[in-house]
Amino acid sequence: MNSLSAWEIILQIIVQFTPVWIALAVTLSASIYYKDRLGLYGHLFDSRVGTVGLILVLFWVFTAIFADAIVTHDALSQISGMKNKRPGTEVRLAAEGAYQYYLLGGDNLARDIFSRMIMGSRAVLIIAPAATAFAFMVGITLGLPAGFRGGKLDMNLSFLANLVLAFPVILLFFLLVTPEIRSTGVPIYLAAVLFLFPVIFFVVLFQSRFYTQPMKRNIYVGTTLVLGLWAYSGLAFNADPLNVFYMEPNLLNIFVSVVFVNSPTVYRIVRGLAMDIKTRDYVAAAETRGEGPWYIMLWEILPNARGPLIVDFCLRIGYTTILLGTLGFFGLGVSPESPDWGMTINEGRKLMSIYPHLAIPPALALMSLVLGLNLLADGLREQSLKD
Amino acid sequence: MWAFILKRSGVMLLTALCLTFVVFFLTNLYPNLEKLAKTQGNMRMTDVQVENWLDTRGYTQPLLVRYGEWLGVVPSFRFTKDNGKVAGRCIKPGMDASVAPEYCGVLQGDFGMSSVFKEKVSVIVGKRLGLTGWLMLFVMIVMVPMALIIGVLAGMREGSKLDRGLSTFSIATTATPEYVSGVLFIVIFASSAVGLKWFKGSSASAMTEITFANFTLPVMTMAFYGMGYIARMTRASMAEVMTAQYIRTARLKGVSFPNIVMKHALRNALIAPFTVIMLQFPWLLTGVVIVETLFNYKGFGWVLVQAASNNDIELLLSCSVVAVFVVLVTQLISDIGYVFLNPRIRMS
Repeated sequence: MNSLSAWEIILQIIVQFTPVWIALAVTLSASIYYKDRLGLYGHLFDSRVGTVGLILVLFWVFTAIFADAIVTHDALSQISGMKNKRPGTEVRLAAEGAYQYYLLGGDNLARDIFSRMIMGSRAVLIIAPAATAFAFMVGITLGLPAGFRGGKLDMNLSFLANLVLAFPVILLFFLLVTPEIRSTGVPIYLAAVLFLFPVIFFVVLFQSRFYTQPMKRNIYVGTTLVLGLWAYSGLAFNADPLNVFYMEPNLLNIFVSVVFVNSPTVYRIVRGLAMDIKTRDYVAAAETRGEGPWYIMLWEILPNARGPLIVDFCLRIGYTTILLGTLGFFGLGVSPESPDWGMTINEGRKLMSIYPHLAIPPALALMSLVLGLNLLADGLREQSLKD
Repeated sequence: MWAFILKRSGVMLLTALCLTFVVFFLTNLYPNLEKLAKTQGNMRMTDVQVENWLDTRGYTQPLLVRYGEWLGVVPSFRFTKDNGKVAGRCIKPGMDASVAPEYCGVLQGDFGMSSVFKEKVSVIVGKRLGLTGWLMLFVMIVMVPMALIIGVLAGMREGSKLDRGLSTFSIATTATPEYVSGVLFIVIFASSAVGLKWFKGSSASAMTEITFANFTLPVMTMAFYGMGYIARMTRASMAEVMTAQYIRTARLKGVSFPNIVMKHALRNALIAPFTVIMLQFPWLLTGVVIVETLFNYKGFGWVLVQAASNNDIELLLSCSVVAVFVVLVTQLISDIGYVFLNPRIRMS
């Protein structure tokens, strides 16, 4: 039985990633060519740190998109005789046309580690940005009025935010992400509250801007309401009549917990920014013009707070990725079979001293993605401060 | 000053009450109680038997009443058995019902019994906290000075090669959570297949005797993740101080660069990191839980995992009391310390 040498493994992996390299090359060369017209994104290429971060993040984004073309084997199927095999081992009795090797070896259930790592990126890159976006919607919708209005509203909301922040994250996860809690409906109630915020956000956004043009307003608000409530019914209550929007109960549980943990921090940042920006002249000018408070908050303050918020968005996706990994590490992941990075690390660590190749690929994958996001955020911060 | 501390303590108490109530609510949801009844009594209990088991132990009372009992402000539940004996939470085995105290809650110092370890919760938590205390102590000893050195070196000449290198390093550490760095460290330093075999991959022996070999990896793992954040805050603070007028004055007077950094800049630059270091404590809790699981060190984090996965209600509640207490006290200390360190801020 022949197996690949280290160099052959590296070469094979590089070849497997071909679609990603092509996509990366196209995106980067186009971006650099049109650099001057792309605003903050274009300026990113002036900072070395930001460029490296962007490349790392794009690498994983493209990997998630082209995952089906990159994987060498099915991430869930087991091939007998491949249990805990070293990287580069030839598959025994490989079927005609199937890939001949386990590039990064087999795990303790004889599945291909390389393919599992690739498929794992998909789950992370869908859940982490989505959960972060939801947390931002909640944080912005509550933080803007708290910072702009101040007073009782601010006091109460800040008390609530501090309450959640004082809660040890890990304890909250252990309490919220258990199979028992699902049957009590607590995640659904939480989802019912948290998922409402994006709908409210967009309705208020369009209403405050276009209320003087009823025709336009009706179109925008109507579309938002139809789409938003449709998605809302499906995601929160699993009651979508057309079954387009649907979330596994376990996934919903995790998603809601992650949004819940992240929202108060976003709230605090937005509140601080709103308090700072509301003293500016252009806010006073808008008030003199007779604009309503929501218009000022959403169309004057929010656009001017975008720099720090974009930077925090990047950092927060990274943090959410770490949180998802933590959940997986404690066996609270999406589903026991799924190739989730955190869970794979947890499974691999039990055999770590004998078979170190089980845990390292997902660990390095998670690290490089978060590193990319952090570097990207740093580059963005550097460039947005220059403006 | 005292009014400020008093007001903060009031808010703190309210927060602690709210948070413990949330934990109480979540651990006492019916499915959890059902699981408790089945693990404590009999796995094959029928629904009626479960109901009966919970009834005789007072679990079916209104939630607020039971929370009051746990706190020690409501007389605890008693139940007269068929044979005429009185049983209840406050009545310890072998104790006569007439002499048992009316109240037995947290306020009376009674944290209850652990249903998994069959031991007093206060004993378990105290012992495990001691073990975690050692871990935290060593983490702080390693993490804080290293983070401050990195931050000061990076921030004293903003934009230099040294700054770029150290900043990238701190970003890299914040991108490496404990379960990644721990796994990598074990493979590199402890694996019997390919590693250097310098240290041990398990810290179970450190519970009785801490040695260099069995304690380095957990401490390194935790310090590595927490370090980057403190270093970055120190760097930002240092860079800001270095642009201040009085630093320029000192330079123009001809004070040497090391002198400026050590005598003029450092003191002012360390105010902001102090707050950050204090606020790191609650973050370290997650790290403690991961590292103790990873390295099999049975401290507070390990107990938390055991309590949560077995739904050991009273143990979990006490763990959360401790955790919430740590968070709130560090917040208070960081606020007060900030005011003391920074004379420019005066309380309103």
